Amino acid sequence: MARARTLFDKIWDSHVVETQEDGTCLIYIDRHLVHEVTSPQAFEGLRVAGRKVRRPDATLAVADHNVPTTDRSAGIDDEESRIQVETLEKNCADFDVQYFGMNDVRQGIVHVIGPEQGMTQPGMTIVCGDSHTSTHGAFGALAFGIGTSEVEHVLATQTLIQRPAKNMRITVEGTPPPGVTAKDLILAIIGKIGTAGGTGHVIEYAGQAIRDLSMEGRMTICNMSIEAGARAGLIAPDEKTFEYLKGRPFAPKGAAWEQAVAYWKTLPSDEGAVYDTEVVLNAEEIVPYVTWGTSPEDALPITGFVPDPAQEPDENRREALQRAIDYMGLRGGMPLSEIKVDTVFIGSCTNSRIEDLRAAAEIARGRRVADHVRALVVPGSGLIKHQAEEEGLDRIFSEAGFEWREAGCSMCLAMNADKLRPGERSASTSNRNFEGRQGPGGRTHLVSPAMAAAAAITGHLTDVRELVKG
Amino acid sequence: MEKFREITSVAAPVPASNVDTDRIIPARFLKTIKRTGLGKHLFNDVRYNEDGSERPDFILNKEPYRNAQILVVGENFGCGSSREHAPWALTDFGIRCVIGTTFADIFYNNSFKNGLLLIKLDKEQVAKLMEDARNGHNARITVNLEKQEITRPDGEVIPFEVDPFRKHCLLEGLDDIGLTLKKEKGIGSFEERDRASHPWLYSAAS
Repeated sequence: MARARTLFDKIWDSHVVETQEDGTCLIYIDRHLVHEVTSPQAFEGLRVAGRKVRRPDATLAVADHNVPTTDRSAGIDDEESRIQVETLEKNCADFDVQYFGMNDVRQGIVHVIGPEQGMTQPGMTIVCGDSHTSTHGAFGALAFGIGTSEVEHVLATQTLIQRPAKNMRITVEGTPPPGVTAKDLILAIIGKIGTAGGTGHVIEYAGQAIRDLSMEGRMTICNMSIEAGARAGLIAPDEKTFEYLKGRPFAPKGAAWEQAVAYWKTLPSDEGAVYDTEVVLNAEEIVPYVTWGTSPEDALPITGFVPDPAQEPDENRREALQRAIDYMGLRGGMPLSEIKVDTVFIGSCTNSRIEDLRAAAEIARGRRVADHVRALVVPGSGLIKHQAEEEGLDRIFSEAGFEWREAGCSMCLAMNADKLRPGERSASTSNRNFEGRQGPGGRTHLVSPAMAAAAAITGHLTDVRELVKG
Repeated sequence: MEKFREITSVAAPVPASNVDTDRIIPARFLKTIKRTGLGKHLFNDVRYNEDGSERPDFILNKEPYRNAQILVVGENFGCGSSREHAPWALTDFGIRCVIGTTFADIFYNNSFKNGLLLIKLDKEQVAKLMEDARNGHNARITVNLEKQEITRPDGEVIPFEVDPFRKHCLLEGLDDIGLTLKKEKGIGSFEERDRASHPWLYSAAS
């Protein structure tokens, strides 16, 4: 194979089991993460057909979408949620799949625990019945979301029928100014290329601003690749990646570790590799971002204004703008920093890791949540919750008036009790602000953890840099 | 999976861009452990009022669209979450074919696994079909998968492209997993070679 290859090309090539005449491939899947919402019908399909899970050792399951984030020792109140979680537990027992139960400290959001446990490694193909599987691409893995039928296919065959994607490279040069985080970078990227900008592509993120990010920052970036329409997001593995993984429970050890690292070092894209599409951003021009509307592409600097439909020449776009403004209860042209919030959610697979909690705690320290605001902090896993408590972050949050919760997907998508009532408005560190995402009639503004904490304190979307000034 | 050969139906127009899968089927309906029964919750939060009564102005609540088997949609239809519940809700409602300019990747894959034919056409062609759809009762559209042709009410034929493998599976109602398991030997040989070059991927975990 003499041609210069991208990271994606290399991973793809090493996983092809077979190629059909029309270019469709059968690719092998190294790791399969499973959660309770998209798996029941898949396991049922296996049972009906009398099939087993081909690689239980390559499969890990957890309940995260439905679980309550309040005290769980008494189980789950909501009957359907309880049934769905119990179904997963039973399926794992029947099919010999490892499962982290609700009361296991390792339980958490599936895309938080995979890396945390060292299950996610460079060069792997990783799938899960959840679109934010793209998160794992931060490790230089090809990781993407699949539907329930494909979940069943992977369980039965450990392969997927796929066509190769195109390569896109997004290079972010320079160093972002203070107050600008990975979340702001990815919101800026989606704001620029749009919600379909990456369709048909896997995005490789490159450039100094990306390399400078910690592994957690890289996960935030890759997590939201799907919001730009991309199949997956990838960041080349480097010393930070190896350092993060070393010693984790599922990471290779001893001689196997050395062998793995030697292989991982061969993965970064070759010099001269060609990308179908290239986009460049300058990190120095980016400021803290918020979304104002009902799509992640409705992202703007906090210093900006709600777009004014009257200024939009295209009729279809004007209608879409007006619809979003009406749903969100805003006025065209109003400053984003005037938007009042009544709810703040710090959590989700995008931003619920220890660095996210530290960043939010730094803003919350010594301050109080505004009287009219309900603010929740939901750590991404039991282990993160534990570490945060060791660092005293939970006390900082509680003293400031934030609620400190157990791990789960929580208010990101309102499948458990944490949701917005109609008309309520949140500043949320999650990844989607679609109509009704956090509850019917709920209004969501996506922000970074520090920006969410700032909004909780002031009671409105706020430029966090103002709270950090001298 | 039901075979798809040819259908003739009224088409419902859904012109909005970026219709996401949360709108197609809100998260609270994902608690089901079955594939069936989601048709009544298709587009739930824009289709019903809070008290459960139908919103008279929502397209699928109006005649003749209540029986539509075809949707003509805006760009990037099906974006967002990977929930296969979205195509399940569509097919359970009775939709067999969706025609648009672009579809989100995961939704595209999921649809074909459920016998739901997605057709990509260019802007002008979709605009014509959207017009047909708006004409309601008098505008029945035929979609023939074998010939890869859409026939408009006025007789105009619009050819469409579809991936040969997907077409084959839809025409024959084939189950992917059964097909793949025929390649069991190939999968086994891959595992053997892979285990030799990347042994750490096969050792049992912690």
